[in-house]
Amino acid sequence: MEEFLKTAAPNLWTYRDKFLKSFSATFEMFWKAGLIAFAIGLLFGVLLVATKKEGIRQNLMVYQVVNAVVNVFRSIPFIILLIFLIPLTRAVVGTAINVKGAILPLVFGAVPFYTRQVEVALSGVDAGKIEAARSMGSGTAGLIFRVYLREAVPDLIRVTTVTAISLIGLTTMAGAVGAGGIGSFAINYGQNQNHPDIVNACVIILLLVTFLLQSIGNLLARRTFNRTLFVRNRGK
Amino acid sequence: MIEVRHLNKTFHLKTGDVTALEDVSFRVEKGSVFGVIGYSGAGKSTLVRCLNLLEYPDSGEIQIGDGKTVALRNGQPTIDGRKMTGREQSAMRRGIGMIFQQFNLLDRLTVFDNIAYPLQHTGRNRKDIEKRVWELLELVALTEKANVFPSQLSGGQKQRVAIARALAANPPLLLSDEATSALDPEATESILSLLKDLNRKLGITIVLITHEMAVVKRIADRVAVMEDGRIVEEGNVYDIFSNPRAEISKRFVASSSLLGKMDSLIRENAELAEIREGEMLVRLVFEKECVGEHVLTSAAKETGIDLNLLLADAEYLQGRPLGGIVGILSGAPESVEKGLSYLREHHVRCEVIRNGRVPQNGGA
Repeated sequence: MEEFLKTAAPNLWTYRDKFLKSFSATFEMFWKAGLIAFAIGLLFGVLLVATKKEGIRQNLMVYQVVNAVVNVFRSIPFIILLIFLIPLTRAVVGTAINVKGAILPLVFGAVPFYTRQVEVALSGVDAGKIEAARSMGSGTAGLIFRVYLREAVPDLIRVTTVTAISLIGLTTMAGAVGAGGIGSFAINYGQNQNHPDIVNACVIILLLVTFLLQSIGNLLARRTFNRTLFVRNRGK
Repeated sequence: MIEVRHLNKTFHLKTGDVTALEDVSFRVEKGSVFGVIGYSGAGKSTLVRCLNLLEYPDSGEIQIGDGKTVALRNGQPTIDGRKMTGREQSAMRRGIGMIFQQFNLLDRLTVFDNIAYPLQHTGRNRKDIEKRVWELLELVALTEKANVFPSQLSGGQKQRVAIARALAANPPLLLSDEATSALDPEATESILSLLKDLNRKLGITIVLITHEMAVVKRIADRVAVMEDGRIVEEGNVYDIFSNPRAEISKRFVASSSLLGKMDSLIRENAELAEIREGEMLVRLVFEKECVGEHVLTSAAKETGIDLNLLLADAEYLQGRPLGGIVGILSGAPESVEKGLSYLREHHVRCEVIRNGRVPQNGGA
Protein backbone atom coordinates (compact mmCIF):
# COMPACT_ATOMS: atom_id res chain seq x y z
CA MET A 1 0.00 0.00 0.00
CA GLU A 2 2.71 2.40 1.06
CA GLU A 3 4.83 1.59 -1.97
CA PHE A 4 1.85 1.93 -4.24
CA LEU A 5 0.91 5.36 -2.86
CA LYS A 6 4.49 6.59 -3.03
CA THR A 7 4.68 5.87 -6.74
CA ALA A 8 1.10 6.55 -7.82
CA ALA A 9 0.47 9.65 -5.71
CA PRO A 10 3.79 10.97 -4.43
CA ASN A 11 2.47 14.39 -3.47
CA LEU A 12 -0.46 12.94 -1.59
CA TRP A 13 2.00 10.77 0.30
CA THR A 14 4.08 13.81 1.19
CA TYR A 15 1.05 15.65 2.51
CA ARG A 16 -0.73 12.62 3.95
CA ASP A 17 -1.01 14.13 7.41
CA LYS A 18 -2.60 17.26 6.01
CA PHE A 19 -4.92 15.10 3.91
CA LEU A 20 -6.12 13.13 6.92
CA LYS A 21 -6.54 16.28 8.94
CA SER A 22 -8.56 17.85 6.13
CA PHE A 23 -10.69 14.78 5.91
CA SER A 24 -11.42 14.80 9.62
CA ALA A 25 -12.17 18.54 9.48
CA THR A 26 -14.69 17.94 6.73
CA PHE A 27 -16.17 15.09 8.69
CA GLU A 28 -16.48 17.22 11.82
CA MET A 29 -18.21 20.02 9.91
CA PHE A 30 -20.48 17.48 8.29
CA TRP A 31 -21.79 15.77 11.39
CA LYS A 32 -21.99 18.84 13.61
CA ALA A 33 -23.74 21.04 11.07
CA GLY A 34 -25.73 18.04 9.85
CA LEU A 35 -27.11 17.17 13.24
CA ILE A 36 -28.23 20.72 13.93
CA ALA A 37 -29.67 21.17 10.43
CA PHE A 38 -31.51 17.85 10.76
CA ALA A 39 -33.23 18.98 13.95
CA ILE A 40 -34.10 22.47 12.73
CA GLY A 41 -35.13 21.36 9.24
CA LEU A 42 -37.41 18.69 10.68
CA LEU A 43 -38.96 21.23 13.02
CA PHE A 44 -39.48 23.78 10.25
CA GLY A 45 -40.85 21.17 7.89
CA VAL A 46 -43.37 20.02 10.47
CA LEU A 47 -44.29 23.64 11.20
CA LEU A 48 -44.94 24.33 7.52
CA VAL A 49 -47.12 21.26 7.04
CA ALA A 50 -49.04 21.74 10.28
CA THR A 51 -49.72 25.46 9.97
CA LYS A 52 -50.48 25.72 6.25
CA LYS A 53 -54.01 26.42 5.06
CA GLU A 54 -56.23 23.46 5.96
CA GLY A 55 -53.30 22.02 7.93
CA ILE A 56 -53.87 20.18 11.21
CA ARG A 57 -53.13 23.38 13.13
CA GLN A 58 -53.68 26.17 10.65
CA ASN A 59 -51.74 29.31 11.59
CA LEU A 60 -51.00 31.43 8.58
CA MET A 61 -48.80 33.86 10.52
CA VAL A 62 -46.35 31.14 11.54
CA TYR A 63 -46.55 29.61 8.09
CA GLN A 64 -45.76 32.88 6.30
CA VAL A 65 -42.80 33.67 8.57
CA VAL A 66 -41.16 30.24 8.25
CA ASN A 67 -41.92 30.16 4.56
CA ALA A 68 -40.35 33.59 3.99
CA VAL A 69 -37.21 32.78 6.00
CA VAL A 70 -36.74 29.56 4.08
CA ASN A 71 -37.23 31.28 0.74
CA VAL A 72 -34.80 34.09 1.51
CA PHE A 73 -31.98 31.85 2.64
CA ARG A 74 -32.54 29.39 -0.15
CA SER A 75 -32.03 32.07 -2.75
CA ILE A 76 -28.61 33.19 -1.50
CA PRO A 77 -25.71 31.26 -3.04
CA PHE A 78 -23.77 29.52 -0.29
CA ILE A 79 -20.44 31.15 -1.03
CA ILE A 80 -22.06 34.57 -0.57
CA LEU A 81 -24.00 33.40 2.49
CA LEU A 82 -20.66 32.42 4.04
CA ILE A 83 -19.32 35.96 3.82
CA PHE A 84 -22.63 37.56 4.64
CA LEU A 85 -22.90 35.61 7.89
CA ILE A 86 -19.38 36.41 9.14
CA PRO A 87 -20.53 39.11 11.60
CA LEU A 88 -23.28 36.90 12.97
CA THR A 89 -20.97 33.91 13.29
CA ARG A 90 -18.44 36.03 15.13
CA ALA A 91 -21.13 37.27 17.50
CA VAL A 92 -22.48 33.80 18.21
CA VAL A 93 -19.41 31.56 18.43
CA GLY A 94 -16.66 34.15 18.87
CA THR A 95 -14.84 33.38 15.63
CA ALA A 96 -15.62 33.21 11.94
CA ILE A 97 -12.76 30.92 10.96
CA ASN A 98 -11.81 27.29 11.42
CA VAL A 99 -14.32 24.49 11.73
CA LYS A 100 -15.95 26.31 14.58
CA GLY A 101 -16.71 29.29 12.41
CA ALA A 102 -18.08 27.17 9.59
CA ILE A 103 -20.84 25.33 11.45
CA LEU A 104 -23.26 28.24 11.63
CA PRO A 105 -23.14 29.15 7.92
CA LEU A 106 -23.36 25.46 7.05
CA VAL A 107 -26.54 25.18 9.11
CA PHE A 108 -27.94 28.27 7.40
CA GLY A 109 -27.05 26.77 4.06
CA ALA A 110 -28.56 23.34 4.72
CA VAL A 111 -31.70 24.11 6.72
CA PRO A 112 -33.77 25.85 3.99
CA PHE A 113 -33.07 23.08 1.52
CA TYR A 114 -33.80 20.37 4.05
CA THR A 115 -36.95 22.12 5.30
CA ARG A 116 -38.44 22.10 1.80
CA GLN A 117 -37.57 18.45 1.38
CA VAL A 118 -39.12 17.51 4.71
CA GLU A 119 -42.21 19.51 3.79
CA VAL A 120 -42.58 17.52 0.57
CA ALA A 121 -42.02 14.22 2.37
CA LEU A 122 -44.64 14.98 5.02
CA SER A 123 -47.13 16.27 2.46
CA GLY A 124 -46.91 12.84 0.86
CA VAL A 125 -48.69 11.28 3.83
CA ASP A 126 -52.20 10.37 2.72
CA ALA A 127 -54.77 12.82 4.05
CA GLY A 128 -57.03 9.84 4.75
CA LYS A 129 -54.61 8.56 7.37
CA ILE A 130 -54.68 11.93 9.09
CA GLU A 131 -58.45 11.92 9.00
CA ALA A 132 -58.62 8.41 10.42
CA ALA A 133 -56.26 9.33 13.25
CA ARG A 134 -58.35 12.41 14.01
CA SER A 135 -61.46 10.26 14.09
CA MET A 136 -59.71 8.11 16.71
CA GLY A 137 -59.15 11.14 18.89
CA SER A 138 -55.54 12.05 18.09
CA GLY A 139 -54.67 15.68 18.72
CA THR A 140 -51.97 17.79 17.06
CA ALA A 141 -49.06 16.07 18.81
CA GLY A 142 -50.47 12.62 18.11
CA LEU A 143 -50.96 13.45 14.46
CA ILE A 144 -47.41 14.76 14.11
CA PHE A 145 -45.54 12.07 15.98
CA ARG A 146 -47.74 9.04 15.42
CA VAL A 147 -48.86 9.65 11.85
CA TYR A 148 -46.90 12.28 9.90
CA LEU A 149 -43.39 11.56 11.16
CA ARG A 150 -43.93 7.81 11.37
CA GLU A 151 -45.66 7.20 8.06
CA ALA A 152 -43.22 9.45 6.16
CA VAL A 153 -40.09 7.67 7.41
CA PRO A 154 -38.99 6.17 4.06
CA ASP A 155 -39.37 9.52 2.31
CA LEU A 156 -37.68 11.32 5.19
CA ILE A 157 -34.74 8.96 4.87
CA ARG A 158 -34.53 9.66 1.16
CA VAL A 159 -34.56 13.44 1.54
CA THR A 160 -32.13 13.26 4.46
CA THR A 161 -29.73 11.34 2.24
CA VAL A 162 -30.02 13.95 -0.51
CA THR A 163 -29.45 16.75 1.99
CA ALA A 164 -26.49 14.98 3.58
CA ILE A 165 -24.81 14.63 0.20
CA SER A 166 -25.41 18.27 -0.64
CA LEU A 167 -24.07 19.22 2.78
CA ILE A 168 -20.77 17.56 1.95
CA GLY A 169 -20.65 19.83 -1.07
CA LEU A 170 -21.21 22.83 1.17
CA THR A 171 -18.44 21.84 3.60
CA THR A 172 -15.88 21.90 0.80
CA MET A 173 -16.85 25.50 0.11
CA ALA A 174 -16.43 26.40 3.76
CA GLY A 175 -12.71 26.15 3.07
CA ALA A 176 -13.09 29.62 1.58
CA VAL A 177 -13.47 31.11 5.04
CA GLY A 178 -10.53 29.20 6.40
CA ALA A 179 -12.41 26.25 7.81
CA GLY A 180 -10.01 23.82 6.22
CA GLY A 181 -11.31 20.49 5.04
CA ILE A 182 -11.06 18.54 1.82
CA GLY A 183 -12.11 21.50 -0.31
CA SER A 184 -9.37 23.85 0.73
CA PHE A 185 -6.85 21.00 0.72
CA ALA A 186 -7.70 20.29 -2.90
CA ILE A 187 -7.28 23.95 -3.83
CA ASN A 188 -4.23 24.83 -1.77
CA TYR A 189 -2.18 21.67 -2.14
CA GLY A 190 -3.62 20.28 -5.32
CA GLN A 191 -4.53 23.06 -7.70
CA ASN A 192 -2.26 25.88 -6.48
CA GLN A 193 0.85 23.70 -6.19
CA ASN A 194 0.08 21.82 -9.36
CA HIS A 195 -0.32 18.38 -7.78
CA PRO A 196 -2.96 16.60 -9.84
CA ASP A 197 -2.72 13.41 -7.78
CA ILE A 198 -3.97 15.33 -4.75
CA VAL A 199 -6.99 16.68 -6.66
CA ASN A 200 -7.73 13.16 -7.90
CA ALA A 201 -7.46 11.73 -4.41
CA CYS A 202 -9.93 14.34 -3.13
CA VAL A 203 -12.36 13.49 -5.88
CA ILE A 204 -12.10 9.78 -5.14
CA ILE A 205 -12.62 10.16 -1.41
CA LEU A 206 -15.68 12.38 -1.97
CA LEU A 207 -17.08 9.91 -4.47
CA LEU A 208 -16.67 7.10 -1.99
CA VAL A 209 -18.39 8.99 0.81
CA THR A 210 -21.27 10.01 -1.45
CA PHE A 211 -21.69 6.48 -2.69
CA LEU A 212 -21.67 5.14 0.85
CA LEU A 213 -24.29 7.65 2.05
CA GLN A 214 -26.53 6.97 -0.92
CA SER A 215 -26.32 3.22 -0.43
CA ILE A 216 -27.14 3.39 3.25
CA GLY A 217 -30.01 5.78 2.51
CA ASN A 218 -31.45 3.57 -0.21
CA LEU A 219 -31.23 0.48 1.93
CA LEU A 220 -32.92 2.09 4.92
CA ALA A 221 -35.64 3.65 2.79
CA ARG A 222 -36.39 0.28 1.23
CA ARG A 223 -36.39 -1.47 4.59
CA THR A 224 -38.83 1.01 6.10
CA PHE A 225 -41.31 1.17 3.22
CA ASN A 226 -44.68 -0.19 4.37
CA ARG A 227 -43.00 -1.73 7.39
CA THR A 228 -40.78 -0.96 10.33
CA LEU A 229 -37.08 -1.73 10.39
CA PHE A 230 -37.45 -4.21 13.20
CA VAL A 231 -40.73 -6.05 13.34
CA ARG A 232 -41.96 -6.87 16.78
CA ASN A 233 -43.75 -10.17 16.67
CA ARG A 234 -46.62 -10.35 19.09
CA GLY A 235 -47.73 -13.65 20.49
CA LYS A 236 -50.79 -14.32 22.46
CA MET B 1 -78.67 7.65 20.00
CA ILE B 2 -78.15 10.45 17.52
CA GLU B 3 -80.22 13.54 17.21
CA VAL B 4 -79.28 15.96 14.49
CA ARG B 5 -81.13 19.23 14.09
CA HIS B 6 -81.01 21.74 11.26
CA LEU B 7 -77.46 21.18 10.09
CA ASN B 8 -76.23 23.59 7.43
CA LYS B 9 -72.91 23.62 5.71
CA THR B 10 -71.70 25.65 2.76
CA PHE B 11 -68.27 25.35 1.20
CA HIS B 12 -66.86 28.59 -0.11
CA LEU B 13 -64.82 27.60 -3.11
CA LYS B 14 -63.07 29.76 -5.64
CA THR B 15 -65.57 28.61 -8.21
CA GLY B 16 -68.46 29.69 -6.00
CA ASP B 17 -70.40 28.54 -2.98
CA VAL B 18 -71.48 24.93 -2.73
CA THR B 19 -74.23 24.00 -0.32
CA ALA B 20 -73.26 20.62 1.11
CA LEU B 21 -75.95 20.41 3.81
CA GLU B 22 -79.21 22.26 3.92
CA ASP B 23 -81.38 22.05 7.02
CA VAL B 24 -80.60 18.39 7.67
CA SER B 25 -82.39 16.86 10.65
CA PHE B 26 -82.78 13.23 11.63
CA ARG B 27 -82.75 10.79 14.53
CA VAL B 28 -81.07 7.45 14.82
CA GLU B 29 -82.36 4.98 17.38
CA LYS B 30 -79.92 3.21 19.65
CA GLY B 31 -78.86 -0.16 18.26
CA SER B 32 -80.19 0.45 14.78
CA VAL B 33 -78.51 0.65 11.40
CA PHE B 34 -79.19 3.91 9.64
CA GLY B 35 -78.37 4.20 5.96
CA VAL B 36 -77.77 7.45 4.11
CA ILE B 37 -77.92 7.06 0.38
CA GLY B 38 -77.26 9.55 -2.38
CA TYR B 39 -75.26 10.09 -5.52
CA SER B 40 -71.78 11.54 -5.20
CA GLY B 41 -71.95 15.20 -4.37
CA ALA B 42 -75.24 14.82 -2.51
CA GLY B 43 -73.56 15.82 0.75
CA LYS B 44 -73.66 12.47 2.50
CA SER B 45 -69.90 12.35 3.09
CA THR B 46 -70.00 15.83 4.58
CA LEU B 47 -72.91 14.78 6.77
CA VAL B 48 -71.13 11.80 8.27
CA ARG B 49 -67.96 13.87 8.83
CA CYS B 50 -69.99 16.45 10.67
CA LEU B 51 -71.25 13.84 13.12
CA ASN B 52 -67.78 13.40 14.66
CA LEU B 53 -66.68 16.97 13.95
CA LEU B 54 -64.06 16.05 11.36
CA GLU B 55 -65.87 18.82 9.56
CA TYR B 56 -67.64 21.68 11.30
CA PRO B 57 -71.15 22.45 10.11
CA ASP B 58 -71.95 26.16 9.85
CA SER B 59 -74.97 25.86 12.11
CA GLY B 60 -77.21 23.28 13.72
CA GLU B 61 -77.10 20.90 16.66
CA ILE B 62 -75.73 17.44 17.17
CA GLN B 63 -76.38 15.22 20.14
CA ILE B 64 -74.84 11.80 20.41
CA GLY B 65 -75.60 9.20 23.06
CA ASP B 66 -75.69 10.66 26.54
CA GLY B 67 -73.33 13.43 25.51
CA LYS B 68 -74.14 17.08 25.75
CA THR B 69 -75.68 18.78 22.77
CA VAL B 70 -73.06 20.33 20.53
CA ALA B 71 -74.38 23.51 19.00
CA LEU B 72 -72.64 25.04 16.02
CA ARG B 73 -72.21 28.80 16.19
CA ASN B 74 -70.65 30.47 13.16
CA GLY B 75 -69.01 27.25 12.14
CA GLN B 76 -67.53 26.57 15.59
CA PRO B 77 -68.70 23.79 17.91
CA THR B 78 -69.94 24.96 21.29
CA ILE B 79 -71.16 23.24 24.44
CA ASP B 80 -73.26 25.05 27.03
CA GLY B 81 -72.72 28.28 25.16
CA ARG B 82 -68.92 28.19 25.20
CA LYS B 83 -66.45 27.06 22.60
CA MET B 84 -65.64 23.37 22.68
CA THR B 85 -61.96 22.70 23.47
CA GLY B 86 -59.74 20.51 21.31
CA ARG B 87 -59.62 18.01 24.14
CA GLU B 88 -63.41 17.80 24.32
CA GLN B 89 -63.58 17.27 20.58
CA SER B 90 -61.00 14.48 20.77
CA ALA B 91 -62.95 12.86 23.58
CA MET B 92 -66.14 13.05 21.55
CA ARG B 93 -64.42 11.46 18.53
CA ARG B 94 -63.07 8.65 20.68
CA GLY B 95 -66.65 7.70 21.43
CA ILE B 96 -67.41 7.32 17.73
CA GLY B 97 -65.74 4.72 15.54
CA MET B 98 -65.27 5.43 11.86
CA ILE B 99 -64.35 3.35 8.83
CA PHE B 100 -63.48 4.62 5.37
CA GLN B 101 -63.64 3.65 1.72
CA GLN B 102 -59.85 3.62 1.47
CA PHE B 103 -59.40 1.89 4.85
CA ASN B 104 -56.79 4.46 5.94
CA LEU B 105 -54.66 2.03 7.88
CA LEU B 106 -51.18 3.13 8.89
CA ASP B 107 -48.89 1.29 6.48
CA ARG B 108 -45.89 1.21 8.76
CA LEU B 109 -47.67 -0.46 11.64
CA THR B 110 -48.54 -4.13 11.88
CA VAL B 111 -52.18 -5.16 12.00
CA PHE B 112 -51.78 -5.55 15.75
CA ASP B 113 -50.39 -2.04 16.23
CA ASN B 114 -52.99 -0.51 13.92
CA ILE B 115 -55.74 -1.91 16.10
CA ALA B 116 -53.90 -0.81 19.24
CA TYR B 117 -53.59 2.76 17.92
CA PRO B 118 -56.73 4.25 19.49
CA LEU B 119 -55.97 2.54 22.81
CA GLN B 120 -52.39 3.75 23.19
CA HIS B 121 -51.62 7.04 24.90
CA THR B 122 -54.97 7.01 26.67
CA GLY B 123 -53.75 5.91 30.08
CA ARG B 124 -54.54 2.22 29.56
CA ASN B 125 -51.86 -0.22 30.64
CA ARG B 126 -50.07 -2.40 28.11
CA LYS B 127 -51.48 -5.70 29.31
CA ASP B 128 -55.06 -4.49 28.94
CA ILE B 129 -54.36 -3.09 25.50
CA GLU B 130 -52.84 -6.35 24.29
CA LYS B 131 -55.72 -8.37 25.67
CA ARG B 132 -58.23 -6.11 23.97
CA VAL B 133 -56.39 -6.25 20.64
CA TRP B 134 -56.41 -10.05 20.66
CA GLU B 135 -60.11 -9.97 21.43
CA LEU B 136 -60.72 -7.68 18.47
CA LEU B 137 -58.55 -9.77 16.16
CA GLU B 138 -60.69 -12.72 17.05
CA LEU B 139 -63.85 -10.72 16.50
CA VAL B 140 -62.84 -9.94 12.91
CA ALA B 141 -61.22 -13.36 12.40
CA LEU B 142 -57.70 -12.11 11.70
CA THR B 143 -55.77 -13.57 14.60
CA GLU B 144 -53.16 -15.16 12.34
CA LYS B 145 -52.47 -11.81 10.63
CA ALA B 146 -51.52 -9.96 13.83
CA ASN B 147 -47.88 -9.42 12.85
CA VAL B 148 -48.47 -8.69 9.19
CA PHE B 149 -48.34 -5.25 7.58
CA PRO B 150 -51.40 -3.83 5.77
CA SER B 151 -49.69 -3.96 2.36
CA GLN B 152 -49.81 -7.75 2.60
CA LEU B 153 -53.58 -7.87 3.11
CA SER B 154 -56.49 -8.00 0.67
CA GLY B 155 -59.02 -5.17 0.55
CA GLY B 156 -61.56 -7.10 2.60
CA GLN B 157 -58.97 -7.96 5.23
CA LYS B 158 -57.84 -4.34 5.42
CA GLN B 159 -61.40 -3.23 6.03
CA ARG B 160 -61.76 -5.84 8.77
CA VAL B 161 -58.65 -4.44 10.44
CA ALA B 162 -60.14 -0.95 10.10
CA ILE B 163 -63.35 -2.17 11.72
CA ALA B 164 -61.45 -3.74 14.60
CA ARG B 165 -59.51 -0.49 15.03
CA ALA B 166 -62.69 1.57 14.98
CA LEU B 167 -64.25 -0.64 17.64
CA ALA B 168 -61.16 -0.84 19.86
CA ALA B 169 -62.29 1.73 22.40
CA ASN B 170 -65.81 0.29 22.56
CA PRO B 171 -67.61 3.21 20.94
CA PRO B 172 -71.41 2.91 20.99
CA LEU B 173 -71.57 4.37 17.49
CA LEU B 174 -69.86 3.41 14.24
CA LEU B 175 -69.77 5.64 11.16
CA SER B 176 -69.14 3.97 7.83
CA ASP B 177 -68.13 6.17 4.92
CA GLU B 178 -68.61 4.08 1.76
CA ALA B 179 -66.83 1.23 3.51
CA THR B 180 -67.58 -1.34 0.83
CA SER B 181 -67.25 0.82 -2.27
CA ALA B 182 -63.67 -0.20 -2.96
CA LEU B 183 -64.30 -3.90 -2.43
CA ASP B 184 -65.22 -6.75 -4.75
CA PRO B 185 -68.69 -8.29 -4.32
CA GLU B 186 -67.49 -11.16 -2.15
CA ALA B 187 -65.54 -8.93 0.23
CA THR B 188 -68.47 -6.49 0.27
CA GLU B 189 -70.78 -9.26 1.39
CA SER B 190 -68.38 -10.40 4.11
CA ILE B 191 -67.93 -6.86 5.43
CA LEU B 192 -71.67 -6.19 5.42
CA SER B 193 -72.45 -9.38 7.26
CA LEU B 194 -69.70 -8.59 9.77
CA LEU B 195 -71.23 -5.15 10.36
CA LYS B 196 -74.70 -6.61 10.76
CA ASP B 197 -73.27 -9.18 13.14
CA LEU B 198 -71.57 -6.53 15.27
CA ASN B 199 -74.78 -4.55 15.28
CA ARG B 200 -76.71 -7.56 16.60
CA LYS B 201 -74.10 -8.92 18.99
CA LEU B 202 -72.69 -5.73 20.45
CA GLY B 203 -75.74 -3.57 19.95
CA ILE B 204 -73.58 -0.94 18.29
CA THR B 205 -75.44 1.75 16.38
CA ILE B 206 -74.27 2.14 12.80
CA VAL B 207 -74.63 5.06 10.44
CA LEU B 208 -73.53 4.08 6.98
CA ILE B 209 -73.40 6.15 3.87
CA THR B 210 -73.36 4.58 0.46
CA HIS B 211 -74.39 5.10 -3.12
CA GLU B 212 -75.48 1.50 -3.50
CA MET B 213 -79.06 0.56 -2.69
CA ALA B 214 -78.01 -3.08 -2.29
CA VAL B 215 -75.97 -2.11 0.78
CA VAL B 216 -78.91 -0.34 2.39
CA LYS B 217 -81.17 -3.23 1.55
CA ARG B 218 -78.74 -5.70 3.04
CA ILE B 219 -78.23 -4.24 6.49
CA ALA B 220 -80.06 -0.97 7.17
CA ASP B 221 -83.21 -0.59 9.25
CA ARG B 222 -83.95 2.95 8.21
CA VAL B 223 -82.70 4.98 5.31
CA ALA B 224 -82.43 8.64 4.42
CA VAL B 225 -82.19 9.59 0.77
CA MET B 226 -80.08 12.67 0.11
CA GLU B 227 -80.01 14.99 -2.87
CA ASP B 228 -78.31 18.37 -3.17
CA GLY B 229 -77.56 18.57 0.54
CA ARG B 230 -81.09 17.82 1.66
CA ILE B 231 -82.77 14.70 2.98
CA VAL B 232 -85.59 14.26 0.48
CA GLU B 233 -87.07 11.14 2.00
CA GLU B 234 -86.53 9.16 5.14
CA GLY B 235 -88.15 6.06 6.49
CA ASN B 236 -88.14 2.38 7.17
CA VAL B 237 -86.15 0.51 4.51
CA TYR B 238 -89.08 -1.77 3.71
CA ASP B 239 -91.44 1.14 3.24
CA ILE B 240 -89.04 3.06 1.04
CA PHE B 241 -88.51 -0.02 -1.08
CA SER B 242 -92.13 -0.92 -1.43
CA ASN B 243 -93.32 2.61 -1.88
CA PRO B 244 -90.68 5.21 -2.74
CA ARG B 245 -92.14 8.70 -3.04
CA ALA B 246 -89.34 11.02 -4.10
CA GLU B 247 -88.18 10.75 -7.71
CA ILE B 248 -84.61 10.02 -6.65
CA SER B 249 -85.75 7.29 -4.24
CA LYS B 250 -87.58 5.62 -7.08
CA ARG B 251 -84.40 5.67 -9.12
CA PHE B 252 -82.43 4.10 -6.29
CA VAL B 253 -85.05 1.43 -5.71
CA ALA B 254 -85.20 0.66 -9.40
CA SER B 255 -81.41 0.37 -9.51
CA SER B 256 -81.44 -2.53 -7.08
CA SER B 257 -84.43 -4.44 -8.33
CA LEU B 258 -85.14 -6.37 -11.47
CA LEU B 259 -88.31 -4.38 -11.92
CA GLY B 260 -86.21 -1.29 -12.43
CA LYS B 261 -85.14 -2.85 -15.70
CA MET B 262 -88.52 -1.98 -17.13
CA ASP B 263 -87.75 1.71 -17.02
CA SER B 264 -84.67 1.30 -19.13
CA LEU B 265 -86.50 -1.03 -21.48
CA ILE B 266 -89.13 1.62 -21.99
CA ARG B 267 -86.52 4.27 -22.48
CA GLU B 268 -84.87 2.14 -25.11
CA ASN B 269 -88.25 1.43 -26.73
CA ALA B 270 -87.68 -2.28 -26.41
CA GLU B 271 -90.15 -4.52 -28.20
CA LEU B 272 -90.98 -6.15 -24.90
CA ALA B 273 -92.42 -2.94 -23.54
CA GLU B 274 -94.70 -2.25 -26.47
CA ILE B 275 -98.41 -2.49 -25.91
CA ARG B 276 -101.42 -2.56 -28.17
CA GLU B 277 -104.47 -0.42 -27.93
CA GLY B 278 -106.59 -1.31 -24.95
CA GLU B 279 -103.69 -2.78 -23.02
CA MET B 280 -101.87 -1.40 -20.02
CA LEU B 281 -98.30 -1.79 -18.91
CA VAL B 282 -98.47 -2.06 -15.13
CA ARG B 283 -96.16 -2.52 -12.21
CA LEU B 284 -97.64 -4.43 -9.29
CA VAL B 285 -95.95 -4.46 -5.93
CA PHE B 286 -96.93 -7.08 -3.41
CA GLU B 287 -96.31 -6.08 0.15
CA LYS B 288 -96.11 -8.04 3.36
CA GLU B 289 -99.27 -10.06 3.65
CA CYS B 290 -100.21 -10.74 0.06
CA VAL B 291 -97.08 -12.40 -1.28
CA GLY B 292 -97.70 -16.06 -1.83
CA GLU B 293 -101.45 -15.67 -1.99
CA HIS B 294 -103.35 -16.32 -5.12
CA VAL B 295 -104.28 -12.70 -5.63
CA LEU B 296 -103.46 -12.72 -9.30
CA THR B 297 -105.24 -15.93 -10.09
CA SER B 298 -108.34 -14.92 -8.25
CA ALA B 299 -108.26 -11.44 -9.79
CA ALA B 300 -108.17 -13.05 -13.22
CA LYS B 301 -111.00 -15.41 -12.34
CA GLU B 302 -113.25 -12.88 -10.68
CA THR B 303 -112.82 -9.93 -13.03
CA GLY B 304 -111.85 -11.54 -16.29
CA ILE B 305 -108.56 -9.69 -16.78
CA ASP B 306 -105.52 -11.13 -18.42
CA LEU B 307 -102.01 -10.48 -17.18
CA ASN B 308 -99.07 -11.19 -19.42
CA LEU B 309 -95.98 -11.40 -17.23
CA LEU B 310 -92.87 -9.57 -18.42
CA LEU B 311 -90.68 -9.31 -15.33
CA ALA B 312 -91.03 -10.62 -11.82
CA ASP B 313 -88.93 -10.23 -8.71
CA ALA B 314 -89.28 -11.26 -5.10
CA GLU B 315 -87.04 -10.80 -2.10
CA TYR B 316 -86.87 -10.70 1.65
CA LEU B 317 -86.29 -7.36 3.32
CA GLN B 318 -85.93 -7.23 7.07
CA GLY B 319 -87.41 -10.69 7.17
CA ARG B 320 -90.49 -9.68 5.24
CA PRO B 321 -91.27 -10.60 1.66
CA LEU B 322 -91.51 -7.97 -1.04
CA GLY B 323 -92.50 -8.96 -4.54
CA GLY B 324 -93.19 -7.23 -7.78
CA ILE B 325 -94.34 -7.85 -11.26
CA VAL B 326 -94.28 -5.87 -14.45
CA GLY B 327 -96.82 -7.10 -16.94
CA ILE B 328 -99.33 -6.22 -19.61
CA LEU B 329 -102.87 -6.04 -18.40
CA SER B 330 -105.60 -6.61 -20.93
CA GLY B 331 -109.31 -7.33 -21.11
CA ALA B 332 -112.59 -5.57 -21.55
CA PRO B 333 -112.47 -1.92 -20.38
CA GLU B 334 -114.74 -2.45 -17.37
CA SER B 335 -113.02 -5.64 -16.29
CA VAL B 336 -109.62 -3.94 -16.41
CA GLU B 337 -111.05 -1.22 -14.18
CA LYS B 338 -112.52 -3.83 -11.87
CA GLY B 339 -109.33 -5.86 -11.91
CA LEU B 340 -107.25 -2.92 -10.78
CA SER B 341 -109.54 -2.09 -7.89
CA TYR B 342 -109.69 -5.77 -6.94
CA LEU B 343 -105.91 -5.85 -6.73
CA ARG B 344 -105.78 -2.62 -4.76
CA GLU B 345 -108.29 -3.97 -2.30
CA HIS B 346 -105.97 -6.88 -1.78
CA HIS B 347 -103.04 -4.67 -0.86
CA VAL B 348 -101.33 -4.82 -4.22
CA ARG B 349 -99.85 -1.50 -5.20
CA CYS B 350 -100.65 -0.87 -8.86
CA GLU B 351 -98.81 1.61 -10.98
CA VAL B 352 -99.71 2.13 -14.60
CA ILE B 353 -96.52 2.69 -16.54
CA ARG B 354 -98.09 2.95 -19.98
CA ASN B 355 -101.70 3.23 -20.82
CA GLY B 356 -102.91 2.08 -24.23
CA ARG B 357 -106.56 2.61 -23.47
CA VAL B 358 -108.77 5.35 -24.80
CA PRO B 359 -108.24 8.46 -22.63
CA GLN B 360 -111.85 8.99 -21.46
CA ASN B 361 -111.71 5.65 -19.67
CA GLY B 362 -109.33 7.30 -17.31
CA GLY B 363 -105.89 6.28 -16.15
CA ALA B 364 -105.01 4.64 -12.92
